[in-house]
Amino acid sequence: MASSKMFSFKAALWAVLSLAWLGTAWADGPGLGVAIDPKDASAWDLDISPAGAGLPAGHGSAREGASVYAEFCQSCHGKSGQSGKADELVGGVGTLATRDAERTVGSFWPYATSVFDYIRRAMPWGRPGTLSDDQLYAVTAWILAENRIIASDDDMNALTLPKVEMPNRNGFFVKPEDWR
Amino acid sequence: MNKMGGWRIGRRAVLAAGVSALAMPFAARSEPLAVPRWSREPGTSPGPYGQPSPRENGTVRALMPLFGDVAPGISTANTPLERLEGVITPNGLHFARSHGGVPDIDPAAHRLLVHGKTTRTLTFDMEALARYPMVTRACFIECSGNSFQHSLSQPRQLELGLVHGLISTAEWTGVPLSVLLEEAGLENDAQWLLVEGADAVAMSRSLPVAKALKDSFVALYQNGERLRPEQGYPLRLIVPGWQGNLHIKWLRRIKAVDGPTHTRDETSRYSLLRPDGKAQEFPLPMPVKSLIVKPSYGQILKPGYQAVSGLAWTGTGLIDRVEVSADGGKTWDKARLDGQVREYLPVRFRWDWVWDGRPAVLQARAVDTKGHVQPSHAQWKAENHPTQRFHCNAIQSWSLDSDGIVENVFV
Repeated sequence: MASSKMFSFKAALWAVLSLAWLGTAWADGPGLGVAIDPKDASAWDLDISPAGAGLPAGHGSAREGASVYAEFCQSCHGKSGQSGKADELVGGVGTLATRDAERTVGSFWPYATSVFDYIRRAMPWGRPGTLSDDQLYAVTAWILAENRIIASDDDMNALTLPKVEMPNRNGFFVKPEDWR
Repeated sequence: MNKMGGWRIGRRAVLAAGVSALAMPFAARSEPLAVPRWSREPGTSPGPYGQPSPRENGTVRALMPLFGDVAPGISTANTPLERLEGVITPNGLHFARSHGGVPDIDPAAHRLLVHGKTTRTLTFDMEALARYPMVTRACFIECSGNSFQHSLSQPRQLELGLVHGLISTAEWTGVPLSVLLEEAGLENDAQWLLVEGADAVAMSRSLPVAKALKDSFVALYQNGERLRPEQGYPLRLIVPGWQGNLHIKWLRRIKAVDGPTHTRDETSRYSLLRPDGKAQEFPLPMPVKSLIVKPSYGQILKPGYQAVSGLAWTGTGLIDRVEVSADGGKTWDKARLDGQVREYLPVRFRWDWVWDGRPAVLQARAVDTKGHVQPSHAQWKAENHPTQRFHCNAIQSWSLDSDGIVENVFV
Protein backbone atom coordinates (compact mmCIF):
# COMPACT_ATOMS: atom_id res chain seq x y z
CA MET A 1 0.00 0.00 0.00
CA ALA A 2 2.70 2.41 1.08
CA SER A 3 4.89 1.58 -1.93
CA SER A 4 2.06 2.03 -4.41
CA LYS A 5 1.34 5.42 -2.85
CA MET A 6 5.01 6.27 -3.19
CA PHE A 7 4.90 5.07 -6.81
CA SER A 8 1.93 7.24 -7.66
CA PHE A 9 3.58 10.22 -5.98
CA LYS A 10 6.73 9.69 -8.09
CA ALA A 11 4.64 9.25 -11.23
CA ALA A 12 2.77 12.44 -10.49
CA LEU A 13 6.03 14.30 -9.87
CA TRP A 14 7.42 13.04 -13.17
CA ALA A 15 4.26 13.97 -14.96
CA VAL A 16 4.43 17.51 -13.55
CA LEU A 17 8.13 17.85 -14.36
CA SER A 18 7.80 16.55 -17.91
CA LEU A 19 4.77 18.78 -18.53
CA ALA A 20 6.79 21.73 -17.31
CA TRP A 21 9.63 20.74 -19.63
CA LEU A 22 7.24 20.30 -22.56
CA GLY A 23 5.70 23.66 -21.74
CA THR A 24 9.09 25.31 -21.97
CA ALA A 25 9.84 23.60 -25.26
CA TRP A 26 6.44 24.69 -26.58
CA ALA A 27 7.03 28.33 -25.66
CA ASP A 28 10.41 28.30 -27.38
CA GLY A 29 9.08 26.74 -30.56
CA PRO A 30 10.86 24.07 -32.55
CA GLY A 31 13.73 26.38 -33.52
CA LEU A 32 13.53 25.80 -37.27
CA GLY A 33 14.73 29.23 -38.36
CA VAL A 34 17.87 29.13 -40.47
CA ALA A 35 20.56 31.55 -39.31
CA ILE A 36 22.10 33.52 -42.18
CA ASP A 37 24.90 36.06 -42.45
CA PRO A 38 23.24 39.52 -42.05
CA LYS A 39 25.11 40.61 -45.20
CA ASP A 40 23.10 38.08 -47.20
CA ALA A 41 19.91 39.94 -46.29
CA SER A 42 21.02 43.16 -47.99
CA ALA A 43 18.95 42.79 -51.20
CA TRP A 44 15.80 42.71 -49.05
CA ASP A 45 16.91 45.30 -46.50
CA LEU A 46 15.03 48.15 -48.18
CA ASP A 47 13.78 50.38 -45.40
CA ILE A 48 15.31 53.75 -44.64
CA SER A 49 14.93 55.31 -41.20
CA PRO A 50 14.19 59.03 -40.77
CA ALA A 51 17.78 59.38 -39.52
CA GLY A 52 19.01 57.98 -42.81
CA ALA A 53 19.97 54.45 -41.74
CA GLY A 54 19.82 52.25 -44.81
CA LEU A 55 20.59 54.95 -47.38
CA PRO A 56 22.99 53.64 -50.00
CA ALA A 57 26.07 55.33 -51.44
CA GLY A 58 25.47 57.54 -54.45
CA HIS A 59 24.08 61.02 -55.00
CA GLY A 60 22.08 63.23 -57.30
CA SER A 61 20.56 66.69 -57.72
CA ALA A 62 17.26 67.97 -59.10
CA ARG A 63 19.08 69.14 -62.23
CA GLU A 64 20.01 65.51 -62.92
CA GLY A 65 16.65 64.25 -61.70
CA ALA A 66 14.60 66.17 -64.26
CA SER A 67 15.37 63.68 -67.01
CA VAL A 68 14.76 60.69 -64.71
CA TYR A 69 11.40 62.16 -63.79
CA ALA A 70 10.49 62.86 -67.41
CA GLU A 71 11.38 59.33 -68.46
CA PHE A 72 9.92 57.26 -65.63
CA CYS A 73 7.37 59.30 -63.66
CA GLN A 74 5.80 62.06 -65.73
CA SER A 75 3.34 59.90 -67.66
CA CYS A 76 1.42 59.15 -64.45
CA HIS A 77 2.31 62.05 -62.15
CA GLY A 78 2.06 64.93 -64.62
CA LYS A 79 4.65 67.25 -66.11
CA SER A 80 5.46 69.12 -62.91
CA GLY A 81 4.32 66.57 -60.35
CA GLN A 82 0.76 67.84 -60.54
CA SER A 83 -2.47 67.06 -62.37
CA GLY A 84 -1.41 63.58 -63.40
CA LYS A 85 -3.45 60.39 -63.23
CA ALA A 86 -1.58 59.29 -60.10
CA ASP A 87 -0.89 61.01 -56.77
CA GLU A 88 0.04 64.70 -56.64
CA LEU A 89 3.68 65.11 -55.70
CA VAL A 90 4.07 68.87 -55.74
CA GLY A 91 2.32 71.88 -54.24
CA GLY A 92 -0.27 72.42 -51.55
CA VAL A 93 2.11 73.73 -48.89
CA GLY A 94 0.07 75.68 -46.34
CA THR A 95 -3.29 74.22 -47.43
CA LEU A 96 -3.70 71.50 -44.79
CA ALA A 97 -5.78 73.63 -42.44
CA THR A 98 -8.01 74.88 -45.25
CA ARG A 99 -11.08 73.16 -46.69
CA ASP A 100 -9.21 72.25 -49.83
CA ALA A 101 -6.23 70.56 -48.21
CA GLU A 102 -3.83 69.15 -50.77
CA ARG A 103 -1.76 66.30 -49.45
CA THR A 104 1.34 66.11 -51.60
CA VAL A 105 4.91 65.04 -50.86
CA GLY A 106 5.75 68.70 -50.36
CA SER A 107 2.79 69.70 -48.23
CA PHE A 108 2.23 66.56 -46.17
CA TRP A 109 5.12 64.09 -45.98
CA PRO A 110 7.12 64.60 -42.77
CA TYR A 111 10.39 62.96 -43.85
CA ALA A 112 12.45 63.21 -47.04
CA THR A 113 13.85 59.74 -46.34
CA SER A 114 10.38 58.24 -46.89
CA VAL A 115 10.36 59.69 -50.41
CA PHE A 116 13.56 57.86 -51.34
CA ASP A 117 12.38 54.72 -49.51
CA TYR A 118 9.03 54.63 -51.32
CA ILE A 119 10.39 55.33 -54.79
CA ARG A 120 13.01 52.65 -54.33
CA ARG A 121 10.58 50.00 -53.08
CA ALA A 122 7.61 50.69 -55.33
CA MET A 123 8.47 52.88 -58.31
CA PRO A 124 8.53 53.31 -61.24
CA TRP A 125 5.12 51.66 -61.36
CA GLY A 126 5.46 48.16 -62.81
CA ARG A 127 9.26 48.25 -62.70
CA PRO A 128 10.31 48.72 -59.07
CA GLY A 129 14.00 48.28 -58.37
CA THR A 130 15.17 49.33 -61.82
CA LEU A 131 16.48 52.83 -60.98
CA SER A 132 20.12 53.16 -59.93
CA ASP A 133 20.94 54.69 -56.55
CA ASP A 134 22.14 57.88 -58.31
CA GLN A 135 18.86 58.06 -60.24
CA LEU A 136 16.91 57.55 -56.99
CA TYR A 137 18.75 60.40 -55.28
CA ALA A 138 18.31 62.61 -58.34
CA VAL A 139 14.60 62.05 -58.78
CA THR A 140 14.02 62.46 -55.04
CA ALA A 141 15.92 65.75 -55.28
CA TRP A 142 13.76 66.78 -58.24
CA ILE A 143 10.53 66.26 -56.27
CA LEU A 144 11.94 68.17 -53.29
CA ALA A 145 13.21 71.02 -55.47
CA GLU A 146 9.97 71.24 -57.42
CA ASN A 147 8.32 71.77 -54.01
CA ARG A 148 10.93 74.50 -53.32
CA ILE A 149 12.22 72.58 -50.29
CA ILE A 150 15.79 72.37 -51.68
CA ALA A 151 17.59 74.13 -54.51
CA SER A 152 17.99 72.51 -57.92
CA ASP A 153 21.78 72.20 -57.43
CA ASP A 154 21.60 70.74 -53.90
CA ASP A 155 23.28 67.36 -53.89
CA MET A 156 21.26 64.65 -52.20
CA ASN A 157 23.18 61.77 -50.66
CA ALA A 158 23.18 59.62 -47.52
CA LEU A 159 24.31 62.59 -45.41
CA THR A 160 22.25 65.44 -46.86
CA LEU A 161 18.87 63.75 -47.48
CA PRO A 162 18.05 63.02 -43.79
CA LYS A 163 18.85 66.67 -42.99
CA VAL A 164 16.21 68.06 -45.38
CA GLU A 165 13.52 69.80 -43.34
CA MET A 166 10.10 68.98 -44.74
CA PRO A 167 7.46 71.74 -44.37
CA ASN A 168 5.07 69.44 -42.49
CA ARG A 169 7.73 67.86 -40.26
CA ASN A 170 5.81 68.91 -37.12
CA GLY A 171 2.35 68.32 -38.54
CA PHE A 172 1.81 64.91 -36.95
CA PHE A 173 0.94 63.72 -33.48
CA VAL A 174 0.56 60.25 -31.98
CA LYS A 175 -1.62 58.78 -29.24
CA PRO A 176 0.42 55.87 -27.88
CA GLU A 177 -2.14 55.32 -25.11
CA ASP A 178 -4.45 53.88 -27.82
CA TRP A 179 -1.95 51.12 -28.61
CA ARG A 180 -2.30 49.43 -25.22
CA MET B 1 -42.83 37.03 -22.34
CA ASN B 2 -43.46 34.93 -25.39
CA LYS B 3 -40.92 32.85 -27.15
CA MET B 4 -40.43 32.79 -30.87
CA GLY B 5 -38.11 30.29 -32.48
CA GLY B 6 -36.57 29.69 -29.07
CA TRP B 7 -35.62 33.37 -28.75
CA ARG B 8 -37.25 35.86 -26.50
CA ILE B 9 -38.49 38.84 -28.41
CA GLY B 10 -39.49 42.24 -27.15
CA ARG B 11 -42.91 42.73 -25.57
CA ARG B 12 -43.70 45.55 -27.94
CA ALA B 13 -43.01 43.33 -30.96
CA VAL B 14 -45.09 40.48 -29.49
CA LEU B 15 -48.09 42.71 -28.84
CA ALA B 16 -47.94 44.18 -32.30
CA ALA B 17 -47.38 40.75 -33.89
CA GLY B 18 -50.51 39.52 -32.09
CA VAL B 19 -52.50 42.34 -33.59
CA SER B 20 -51.24 41.61 -37.10
CA ALA B 21 -51.94 37.85 -36.66
CA LEU B 22 -55.57 38.69 -35.93
CA ALA B 23 -55.71 40.86 -38.99
CA MET B 24 -54.25 38.13 -41.23
CA PRO B 25 -56.87 36.27 -43.32
CA PHE B 26 -57.28 32.57 -42.58
CA ALA B 27 -55.70 30.44 -45.35
CA ALA B 28 -58.94 29.35 -47.00
CA ARG B 29 -57.74 28.49 -50.49
CA SER B 30 -54.55 26.54 -51.15
CA GLU B 31 -52.92 24.31 -53.78
CA PRO B 32 -51.87 20.69 -53.12
CA LEU B 33 -48.10 20.46 -52.58
CA ALA B 34 -46.30 19.12 -55.65
CA VAL B 35 -43.28 16.77 -55.55
CA PRO B 36 -40.59 18.61 -57.51
CA ARG B 37 -38.35 17.08 -60.17
CA TRP B 38 -35.24 17.06 -57.93
CA SER B 39 -37.03 14.82 -55.48
CA ARG B 40 -37.82 12.27 -58.16
CA GLU B 41 -34.39 11.72 -59.74
CA PRO B 42 -30.84 11.37 -58.36
CA GLY B 43 -28.66 14.44 -58.47
CA THR B 44 -25.05 14.90 -59.50
CA SER B 45 -22.01 13.83 -57.49
CA PRO B 46 -20.11 16.40 -55.42
CA GLY B 47 -17.14 18.13 -57.06
CA PRO B 48 -13.61 18.31 -55.65
CA TYR B 49 -14.13 21.84 -54.33
CA GLY B 50 -17.68 22.80 -53.41
CA GLN B 51 -19.11 25.87 -55.08
CA PRO B 52 -22.06 28.11 -54.20
CA SER B 53 -25.34 27.40 -55.95
CA PRO B 54 -25.46 29.03 -59.39
CA ARG B 55 -28.74 30.50 -58.18
CA GLU B 56 -26.74 32.58 -55.70
CA ASN B 57 -24.47 34.04 -58.37
CA GLY B 58 -25.39 37.57 -57.30
CA THR B 59 -23.47 37.09 -54.07
CA VAL B 60 -20.18 38.46 -55.32
CA ARG B 61 -17.81 41.27 -54.47
CA ALA B 62 -18.00 44.66 -56.15
CA LEU B 63 -14.67 45.51 -57.78
CA MET B 64 -13.25 48.99 -57.81
CA PRO B 65 -10.06 49.71 -59.76
CA LEU B 66 -8.82 52.88 -58.07
CA PHE B 67 -6.46 54.09 -60.80
CA GLY B 68 -8.15 52.51 -63.82
CA ASP B 69 -5.80 51.34 -66.54
CA VAL B 70 -2.84 53.24 -65.11
CA ALA B 71 -2.39 50.65 -62.36
CA PRO B 72 -4.98 47.88 -62.51
CA GLY B 73 -3.35 46.14 -59.52
CA ILE B 74 -4.40 48.98 -57.25
CA SER B 75 -7.95 47.96 -56.50
CA THR B 76 -10.53 46.92 -53.98
CA ALA B 77 -13.05 44.09 -53.86
CA ASN B 78 -15.87 44.81 -51.39
CA THR B 79 -17.62 42.17 -49.33
CA PRO B 80 -21.37 42.09 -50.13
CA LEU B 81 -22.35 42.45 -46.47
CA GLU B 82 -26.03 42.84 -47.33
CA ARG B 83 -26.12 39.30 -48.74
CA LEU B 84 -24.39 37.51 -45.85
CA GLU B 85 -25.43 36.34 -42.39
CA GLY B 86 -23.58 35.44 -39.21
CA VAL B 87 -20.18 36.99 -38.70
CA ILE B 88 -17.73 34.81 -40.67
CA THR B 89 -17.02 35.85 -44.27
CA PRO B 90 -16.61 33.06 -46.83
CA ASN B 91 -13.02 33.09 -48.11
CA GLY B 92 -13.94 34.02 -51.67
CA LEU B 93 -15.95 37.00 -50.45
CA HIS B 94 -13.40 38.38 -47.96
CA PHE B 95 -12.64 41.94 -49.00
CA ALA B 96 -9.36 42.54 -50.80
CA ARG B 97 -7.34 45.70 -51.20
CA SER B 98 -4.05 45.58 -52.98
CA HIS B 99 -1.58 48.35 -53.67
CA GLY B 100 0.51 46.56 -56.25
CA GLY B 101 -1.59 43.67 -57.50
CA VAL B 102 -1.80 40.08 -56.29
CA PRO B 103 1.57 38.34 -56.69
CA ASP B 104 1.82 34.73 -57.81
CA ILE B 105 4.12 33.34 -55.13
CA ASP B 106 5.75 29.92 -55.22
CA PRO B 107 5.52 28.78 -51.59
CA ALA B 108 8.62 26.62 -51.98
CA ALA B 109 10.64 29.73 -52.81
CA HIS B 110 9.04 32.03 -50.25
CA ARG B 111 11.04 33.03 -47.16
CA LEU B 112 10.29 35.04 -44.06
CA LEU B 113 13.31 37.06 -42.93
CA VAL B 114 13.54 38.12 -39.27
CA HIS B 115 16.42 40.50 -38.63
CA GLY B 116 17.52 43.94 -37.46
CA LYS B 117 17.88 44.39 -33.72
CA THR B 118 17.93 40.66 -33.10
CA THR B 119 20.79 38.50 -31.90
CA ARG B 120 20.39 36.31 -34.98
CA THR B 121 19.31 36.88 -38.57
CA LEU B 122 16.87 34.09 -39.39
CA THR B 123 14.95 32.89 -42.42
CA PHE B 124 11.95 30.59 -42.26
CA ASP B 125 10.58 28.64 -45.19
CA MET B 126 6.94 27.66 -45.37
CA GLU B 127 7.65 24.02 -44.60
CA ALA B 128 9.35 25.04 -41.36
CA LEU B 129 6.61 27.51 -40.38
CA ALA B 130 3.97 24.82 -40.91
CA ARG B 131 5.68 22.76 -38.17
CA TYR B 132 5.40 25.46 -35.49
CA PRO B 133 2.83 25.43 -32.70
CA MET B 134 -0.11 27.49 -33.96
CA VAL B 135 -2.89 29.63 -32.65
CA THR B 136 -6.35 30.18 -34.13
CA ARG B 137 -8.26 33.40 -33.82
CA ALA B 138 -11.45 34.61 -35.46
CA CYS B 139 -11.17 38.36 -35.96
CA PHE B 140 -12.23 41.12 -38.27
CA ILE B 141 -9.96 42.90 -40.68
CA GLU B 142 -11.16 46.36 -41.63
CA CYS B 143 -9.47 48.54 -44.21
CA SER B 144 -8.64 51.98 -42.82
CA GLY B 145 -10.44 53.37 -45.85
CA ASN B 146 -13.61 51.39 -45.23
CA SER B 147 -16.75 53.55 -45.37
CA PHE B 148 -14.93 56.37 -47.17
CA GLN B 149 -18.16 56.82 -49.14
CA HIS B 150 -19.81 57.50 -45.78
CA SER B 151 -17.27 60.25 -44.99
CA LEU B 152 -18.45 62.41 -47.89
CA SER B 153 -20.75 65.38 -47.40
CA GLN B 154 -23.71 63.77 -49.22
CA PRO B 155 -25.09 60.25 -48.57
CA ARG B 156 -24.45 57.74 -51.36
CA GLN B 157 -27.35 55.60 -52.56
CA LEU B 158 -25.38 52.40 -52.88
CA GLU B 159 -25.76 48.92 -51.47
CA LEU B 160 -24.28 48.38 -48.04
CA GLY B 161 -21.21 46.46 -49.26
CA LEU B 162 -20.27 49.22 -51.68
CA VAL B 163 -20.21 51.78 -48.87
CA HIS B 164 -19.03 49.69 -45.91
CA GLY B 165 -17.79 46.39 -47.41
CA LEU B 166 -14.08 46.73 -46.66
CA ILE B 167 -14.55 44.72 -43.47
CA SER B 168 -14.58 40.96 -43.30
CA THR B 169 -14.12 38.31 -40.65
CA ALA B 170 -12.30 35.01 -40.82
CA GLU B 171 -10.77 32.45 -38.52
CA TRP B 172 -7.02 32.74 -39.02
CA THR B 173 -4.45 30.16 -37.96
CA GLY B 174 -0.72 30.60 -37.72
CA VAL B 175 2.41 31.05 -35.65
CA PRO B 176 2.60 33.67 -32.88
CA LEU B 177 5.09 36.45 -33.62
CA SER B 178 6.31 36.08 -30.03
CA VAL B 179 7.66 32.61 -30.84
CA LEU B 180 9.52 33.76 -33.97
CA LEU B 181 10.87 36.91 -32.30
CA GLU B 182 12.03 34.95 -29.28
CA GLU B 183 13.86 32.53 -31.54
CA ALA B 184 15.62 35.42 -33.30
CA GLY B 185 16.39 37.08 -29.94
CA LEU B 186 14.96 40.59 -29.73
CA GLU B 187 17.46 43.14 -28.45
CA ASN B 188 16.40 45.40 -25.57
CA ASP B 189 16.10 48.56 -27.66
CA ALA B 190 13.91 46.90 -30.30
CA GLN B 191 10.69 48.83 -29.77
CA TRP B 192 9.12 48.62 -33.23
CA LEU B 193 9.00 46.19 -36.12
CA LEU B 194 9.11 47.10 -39.78
CA VAL B 195 6.84 44.56 -41.47
CA GLU B 196 6.95 44.16 -45.24
CA GLY B 197 5.24 42.26 -48.04
CA ALA B 198 6.74 40.53 -51.07
CA ASP B 199 4.44 42.28 -53.54
CA ALA B 200 5.73 44.69 -56.17
CA VAL B 201 5.27 47.72 -53.92
CA ALA B 202 6.90 45.95 -50.95
CA MET B 203 4.10 47.21 -48.71
CA SER B 204 5.71 48.30 -45.48
CA ARG B 205 4.39 49.39 -42.10
CA SER B 206 5.64 49.89 -38.55
CA LEU B 207 4.23 47.84 -35.67
CA PRO B 208 4.96 48.42 -31.96
CA VAL B 209 6.75 45.40 -30.47
CA ALA B 210 4.27 45.30 -27.56
CA LYS B 211 1.35 44.52 -29.89
CA ALA B 212 3.46 42.02 -31.83
CA LEU B 213 4.24 40.12 -28.64
CA LYS B 214 0.72 40.44 -27.23
CA ASP B 215 -1.42 38.77 -29.88
CA SER B 216 -0.07 39.19 -33.44
CA PHE B 217 0.73 36.16 -35.55
CA VAL B 218 1.73 35.05 -39.03
CA ALA B 219 -1.24 33.25 -40.61
CA LEU B 220 -0.95 30.30 -42.98
CA TYR B 221 -4.63 29.36 -42.89
CA GLN B 222 -7.90 31.23 -43.36
CA ASN B 223 -11.12 29.51 -42.29
CA GLY B 224 -9.27 26.22 -42.20
CA GLU B 225 -7.70 26.27 -45.66
CA ARG B 226 -4.42 27.75 -46.82
CA LEU B 227 -4.59 31.46 -47.51
CA ARG B 228 -5.79 32.51 -50.92
CA PRO B 229 -3.48 34.59 -53.12
CA GLU B 230 -5.61 37.72 -52.66
CA GLN B 231 -5.33 37.32 -48.91
CA GLY B 232 -1.56 37.02 -48.80
CA TYR B 233 -0.68 33.47 -49.80
CA PRO B 234 1.42 31.92 -48.46
CA LEU B 235 1.87 34.10 -45.36
CA ARG B 236 0.02 37.05 -43.86
CA LEU B 237 0.47 39.07 -40.71
CA ILE B 238 -2.55 39.27 -38.41
CA VAL B 239 -2.63 42.21 -35.98
CA PRO B 240 -6.03 41.68 -34.33
CA GLY B 241 -8.28 44.74 -34.26
CA TRP B 242 -5.78 47.11 -35.85
CA GLN B 243 -5.72 48.85 -39.25
CA GLY B 244 -6.28 46.44 -42.13
CA ASN B 245 -3.21 47.77 -43.89
CA LEU B 246 -1.04 46.49 -41.03
CA HIS B 247 -2.12 42.91 -41.77
CA ILE B 248 0.72 42.69 -44.28
CA LYS B 249 -0.05 40.19 -47.03
CA TRP B 250 2.65 38.10 -48.73
CA LEU B 251 4.74 38.75 -45.61
CA ARG B 252 8.44 38.35 -46.30
CA ARG B 253 10.26 40.45 -43.76
CA ILE B 254 10.16 41.51 -40.11
CA LYS B 255 12.89 43.90 -39.02
CA ALA B 256 13.31 44.89 -35.38
CA VAL B 257 14.11 48.60 -35.09
CA ASP B 258 14.29 51.20 -32.32
CA GLY B 259 11.59 53.52 -33.71
CA PRO B 260 8.93 53.69 -36.40
CA THR B 261 10.15 53.94 -40.00
CA HIS B 262 7.42 56.48 -40.99
CA THR B 263 6.79 54.73 -44.29
CA ARG B 264 4.75 56.34 -47.04
CA ASP B 265 1.67 54.31 -46.09
CA GLU B 266 1.73 55.34 -42.43
CA THR B 267 2.41 59.03 -43.00
CA SER B 268 0.82 60.11 -46.27
CA ARG B 269 -1.89 57.43 -46.30
CA TYR B 270 -3.25 55.86 -43.14
CA SER B 271 -3.02 58.90 -40.88
CA LEU B 272 -6.00 61.04 -39.85
CA LEU B 273 -6.12 64.72 -40.81
CA ARG B 274 -7.97 67.00 -38.41
CA PRO B 275 -9.72 70.24 -39.34
CA ASP B 276 -6.77 72.23 -37.91
CA GLY B 277 -4.38 70.64 -40.43
CA LYS B 278 -2.61 68.40 -37.91
CA ALA B 279 -2.65 64.67 -38.58
CA GLN B 280 -2.72 61.74 -36.18
CA GLU B 281 -0.03 59.27 -37.18
CA PHE B 282 -0.42 55.61 -36.16
CA PRO B 283 -4.15 55.60 -35.30
CA LEU B 284 -3.69 51.85 -35.10
CA PRO B 285 -6.77 50.25 -33.47
CA MET B 286 -9.93 50.45 -35.56
CA PRO B 287 -12.71 52.39 -33.79
CA VAL B 288 -16.02 51.03 -32.48
CA LYS B 289 -18.62 50.66 -35.21
CA SER B 290 -21.94 49.07 -36.07
CA LEU B 291 -24.07 48.79 -39.18
CA ILE B 292 -27.66 47.78 -39.70
CA VAL B 293 -27.44 45.19 -42.46
CA LYS B 294 -31.14 44.33 -42.61
CA PRO B 295 -32.75 46.47 -43.73
CA SER B 296 -30.32 48.48 -45.82
CA TYR B 297 -30.27 50.37 -49.11
CA GLY B 298 -31.96 48.58 -52.00
CA GLN B 299 -34.38 46.60 -49.84
CA ILE B 300 -38.13 47.26 -49.86
CA LEU B 301 -40.07 46.56 -46.68
CA LYS B 302 -43.68 45.61 -46.14
CA PRO B 303 -45.36 46.83 -42.97
CA GLY B 304 -45.37 44.43 -40.03
CA TYR B 305 -42.70 42.45 -38.24
CA GLN B 306 -39.06 43.21 -39.22
CA ALA B 307 -36.09 41.15 -38.10
CA VAL B 308 -33.62 44.04 -37.94
CA SER B 309 -30.02 42.83 -37.70
CA GLY B 310 -26.50 44.01 -38.21
CA LEU B 311 -22.86 43.80 -37.25
CA ALA B 312 -20.89 45.51 -34.50
CA TRP B 313 -17.17 45.44 -33.83
CA THR B 314 -14.36 47.36 -32.14
CA GLY B 315 -10.59 47.36 -32.13
CA THR B 316 -10.57 48.67 -28.56
CA GLY B 317 -11.94 46.31 -25.91
CA LEU B 318 -15.18 44.40 -26.36
CA ILE B 319 -18.59 45.38 -27.68
CA ASP B 320 -20.51 46.38 -24.57
CA ARG B 321 -23.87 47.04 -26.21
CA VAL B 322 -25.62 47.98 -29.42
CA GLU B 323 -28.60 50.28 -29.36
CA VAL B 324 -31.10 50.68 -32.17
CA SER B 325 -33.34 53.63 -32.92
CA ALA B 326 -36.28 53.73 -35.32
CA ASP B 327 -37.00 57.43 -34.84
CA GLY B 328 -33.79 59.02 -36.04
CA GLY B 329 -32.04 58.86 -32.68
CA LYS B 330 -34.73 60.28 -30.37
CA THR B 331 -35.15 56.99 -28.51
CA TRP B 332 -32.82 54.01 -28.35
CA ASP B 333 -33.47 50.38 -27.46
CA LYS B 334 -30.88 47.74 -26.62
CA ALA B 335 -30.43 45.12 -29.33
CA ARG B 336 -29.87 41.44 -28.56
CA LEU B 337 -26.30 40.28 -29.15
CA ASP B 338 -26.45 36.97 -31.00
CA GLY B 339 -23.67 34.63 -29.94
CA GLN B 340 -20.46 35.23 -28.06
CA VAL B 341 -18.90 38.63 -27.56
CA ARG B 342 -15.17 38.13 -28.02
CA GLU B 343 -12.33 40.56 -28.47
CA TYR B 344 -11.89 41.52 -32.16
CA LEU B 345 -14.73 39.24 -33.26
CA PRO B 346 -17.71 41.13 -34.69
CA VAL B 347 -21.04 40.31 -33.11
CA ARG B 348 -24.35 40.01 -34.90
CA PHE B 349 -27.04 42.08 -33.22
CA ARG B 350 -30.75 41.54 -33.66
CA TRP B 351 -33.73 43.72 -32.89
CA ASP B 352 -37.38 42.85 -33.35
CA TRP B 353 -39.44 45.65 -34.73
CA VAL B 354 -42.92 46.09 -36.09
CA TRP B 355 -43.09 48.73 -38.75
CA ASP B 356 -46.36 50.62 -38.81
CA GLY B 357 -45.89 51.73 -42.40
CA ARG B 358 -45.04 55.33 -41.57
CA PRO B 359 -41.74 57.01 -42.50
CA ALA B 360 -38.96 56.07 -40.08
CA VAL B 361 -35.19 56.40 -39.68
CA LEU B 362 -33.29 53.34 -38.46
CA GLN B 363 -29.91 53.63 -36.76
CA ALA B 364 -27.58 51.46 -34.72
CA ARG B 365 -25.04 52.75 -32.24
CA ALA B 366 -22.33 50.59 -30.67
CA VAL B 367 -20.55 51.20 -27.37
CA ASP B 368 -17.41 49.31 -26.35
CA THR B 369 -16.05 48.36 -22.93
CA LYS B 370 -13.44 51.12 -23.11
CA GLY B 371 -16.32 53.60 -23.18
CA HIS B 372 -16.05 54.55 -26.85
CA VAL B 373 -19.42 55.47 -28.34
CA GLN B 374 -20.00 55.43 -32.06
CA PRO B 375 -20.38 59.09 -33.15
CA SER B 376 -23.17 60.64 -35.19
CA HIS B 377 -22.33 61.66 -38.72
CA ALA B 378 -22.23 65.31 -37.71
CA GLN B 379 -19.91 64.59 -34.77
CA TRP B 380 -17.55 62.57 -36.93
CA LYS B 381 -17.45 65.27 -39.60
CA ALA B 382 -16.73 67.93 -36.95
CA GLU B 383 -13.74 65.99 -35.61
CA ASN B 384 -12.21 65.23 -39.00
CA HIS B 385 -10.90 67.35 -41.85
CA PRO B 386 -13.47 67.67 -44.70
CA THR B 387 -11.12 65.69 -46.95
CA GLN B 388 -10.41 63.00 -44.34
CA ARG B 389 -11.63 59.60 -45.56
CA PHE B 390 -10.11 57.08 -43.13
CA HIS B 391 -11.57 55.42 -40.02
CA CYS B 392 -15.11 56.63 -40.67
CA ASN B 393 -17.21 55.01 -37.92
CA ALA B 394 -20.09 57.50 -38.04
CA ILE B 395 -23.55 56.06 -37.40
CA GLN B 396 -25.25 54.79 -40.55
CA SER B 397 -28.87 55.93 -40.90
CA TRP B 398 -31.45 54.29 -43.14
CA SER B 399 -34.63 56.19 -43.94
CA LEU B 400 -37.79 54.31 -44.72
CA ASP B 401 -40.58 56.02 -46.65
CA SER B 402 -44.23 54.99 -46.64
CA ASP B 403 -43.60 52.75 -49.69
CA GLY B 404 -41.02 50.79 -47.70
CA ILE B 405 -38.08 52.05 -49.76
CA VAL B 406 -34.81 52.20 -47.81
CA GLU B 407 -32.40 55.03 -48.49
CA ASN B 408 -29.12 56.24 -47.05
CA VAL B 409 -29.48 59.50 -45.11
CA PHE B 410 -27.29 61.60 -42.85
CA VAL B 411 -28.97 62.43 -39.55
